[in-house]
Amino acid sequence: MSAFLAWISTLPALAQIPLVLLAFFAVIALLIFFLEVAPRTGRKFTIIRAAACVLIPGLVFLTLGSVLWAAAAATLFGALFFYLDYRSKQGAGYLFQLVGFLSPAIFLLGIGLIYPTIQTTIQAFMNSRGTRFVGLENFIWIFTQDTGIRTVLNTVVWVLIVPVVSTIFGLAYAVFIDKSRGEKFFKVLVFMPMAISFVGASIIWRFVYAVRPAGQEQIGLLNQVVVWLGGEPVSWLSNSPWNTFFLIVVLIWIQTGFAMVILSAAIKGVPLEQLEAAELDGTNAWQRFTNVTVPGIRSSLVVVLTTISIASLKVFDIVRTMTAGANETSVIANEMYSQWQGFEVGRSAAFAVVLFLMVLPIVIYNARQIKKQREIR
Amino acid sequence: MTATVPAKIPVDKKTEKQLARGEKLGAATRTKKRLTSRGATIAALVIAVLWTTPTFGLFISSIRPPEEILRNGWWTIFQNPGFTLNNYTEVLAAGNSTLNLAGAFINSIAITLPATIFPLVIASLAAYAFAWIKFPGRNWMFIGVFALQIVPLQMALVPLLSLFSRGLSIGDVELFASLNASNAYSQVWIAHTIFALPLAIFLLHNFVSEIPSELIEAARVDGAGHGQIFFRIVLPLTMPAIASFAIFQFLWVWNDLLVALVFADGRVAPMTKLLAEITGSRGQDWNLLTAGAFISILVPLIVFFALQRYFVRGLLAGSTKG
Repeated sequence: MSAFLAWISTLPALAQIPLVLLAFFAVIALLIFFLEVAPRTGRKFTIIRAAACVLIPGLVFLTLGSVLWAAAAATLFGALFFYLDYRSKQGAGYLFQLVGFLSPAIFLLGIGLIYPTIQTTIQAFMNSRGTRFVGLENFIWIFTQDTGIRTVLNTVVWVLIVPVVSTIFGLAYAVFIDKSRGEKFFKVLVFMPMAISFVGASIIWRFVYAVRPAGQEQIGLLNQVVVWLGGEPVSWLSNSPWNTFFLIVVLIWIQTGFAMVILSAAIKGVPLEQLEAAELDGTNAWQRFTNVTVPGIRSSLVVVLTTISIASLKVFDIVRTMTAGANETSVIANEMYSQWQGFEVGRSAAFAVVLFLMVLPIVIYNARQIKKQREIR
Repeated sequence: MTATVPAKIPVDKKTEKQLARGEKLGAATRTKKRLTSRGATIAALVIAVLWTTPTFGLFISSIRPPEEILRNGWWTIFQNPGFTLNNYTEVLAAGNSTLNLAGAFINSIAITLPATIFPLVIASLAAYAFAWIKFPGRNWMFIGVFALQIVPLQMALVPLLSLFSRGLSIGDVELFASLNASNAYSQVWIAHTIFALPLAIFLLHNFVSEIPSELIEAARVDGAGHGQIFFRIVLPLTMPAIASFAIFQFLWVWNDLLVALVFADGRVAPMTKLLAEITGSRGQDWNLLTAGAFISILVPLIVFFALQRYFVRGLLAGSTKG
């Protein structure tokens, strides 16, 4: 396989796309063919199945460039698997299909997520070259020096502000434009930043924040507004701690559209009868909103808040492009990358683990909410 | 109209007018009623303007001559008119020693298309198995896959990179050889495929499991195996869901910077990476930055405006169903 990939990488970029897609679809077509004939009875199909069981594992290992006897072992396991499948209680071919459907995904998840996660966790307790066990040293390093603490604190600030503010803006906007004329158009305007890359958004906002010395004409919109109001131009991105807030604005700008679309759909799901009943009881619009609408969209609110929280915990691109972590704006993901570039693999891994521990409670909470929601349904 | 608005509710003049207007608009809008006030409308307008102005300013600046961009703000374009496309030609040729932005644009396409299709196919296979093949431990395994979303990308990047470049050996036994792909797209494709899988499997499972079981049973009675059911029934029926997730995956890969920084080096770097680099090295060349940024957001914006409906549907499916 590496030979194929090496060969294909010598081709021009646009020629690689159809070729690699063709190769991929050929493999998938073969897989589906095997899956299709697997449950059929008859000697011919049994032989096909047996051949597939024995040959495929060996071939996979060979194409991955493994040593010969590992491939031989795989072939042996394949034969064993064929026997198990042949004697399966659900009928011959059942296990074969199951494995055929699942193995590509499980294999990729194994090498791409499960193995690396374990590896990173181990590395977090090793020295910079990964040769010696150093215990908690990397974590102590993070939490004892100013930049490390600053980095973690900044991440906490991000995760506290971004979800709340974008949800509030998104919700308010969704309520304001709900059932109005041109609602779709209004939605698109705010939703559009979702499609823009974080890098693109960062450049857009760097331009808004651009600063010129006092007396010169400003080219950044924000400073121009300040000057119009009679103030002095401010260098928004270099004064700590406020610069972090100006970076946060960018993520809020992006995520509000997300919150707005989800919440708008949820608002439309609030039963009209409830709103009308409240209206007949003489409540005003604000009371209806807090007592009927908000409880009605509670589960969507939780989803929006948690999703944006996770996004802001992992924020990287914005900080990287706008300040690269200078002037005390660094966040965990950025610091992790910087440490890795500086060949401090242990510290980099420790930052990743800290991030993991911060994401964990949010995801667990989210999963439990989803489960609850399912039980109600 | 009277069905939805009780007659005695006091409404102000504006609302009355709007109600009357709504009635004229025909049956489709008749059930709509306008509760929002003038203040809300103004607030919505303010938000809408705030949210679009930065992008608009970027676009205006990108077509102004460089000296004008540096001399005065884009909002003075009427006092200082000037129009040029030179920024675009210049930025497409800008870059580092191995790559310019035009090449990076091609790279972005070459990375994004396969990295969108691979995970969808693999995930739909797995989603089918989780939904329609009964096996012990199915629920636990599915929850396990869902739980993998916890893992921040950051945790997986570095070990995966070393797996690609050095292979995997247990003791002296080499299980994988290295991919030999340090200057190729393949490792970016594989990385994006893997990172997309947990969410893709989860979302597609939601759709695949909603197919009426009678349909699957009927096909089974007619003698179709899992392969045929998947290819002939499940795949066509879940196409809308697959399409909406495909848009997401496309935007996500196109806009990604972190994975690109780690896996796509040298001459295969996508546009986001090169732009970030240019921002770092030529941060005050606003004519280049604005034009470059606009090129990079052009494709996502086209995709977004053309396929907006699917995009929103995918978003809603993803969040309200879990």
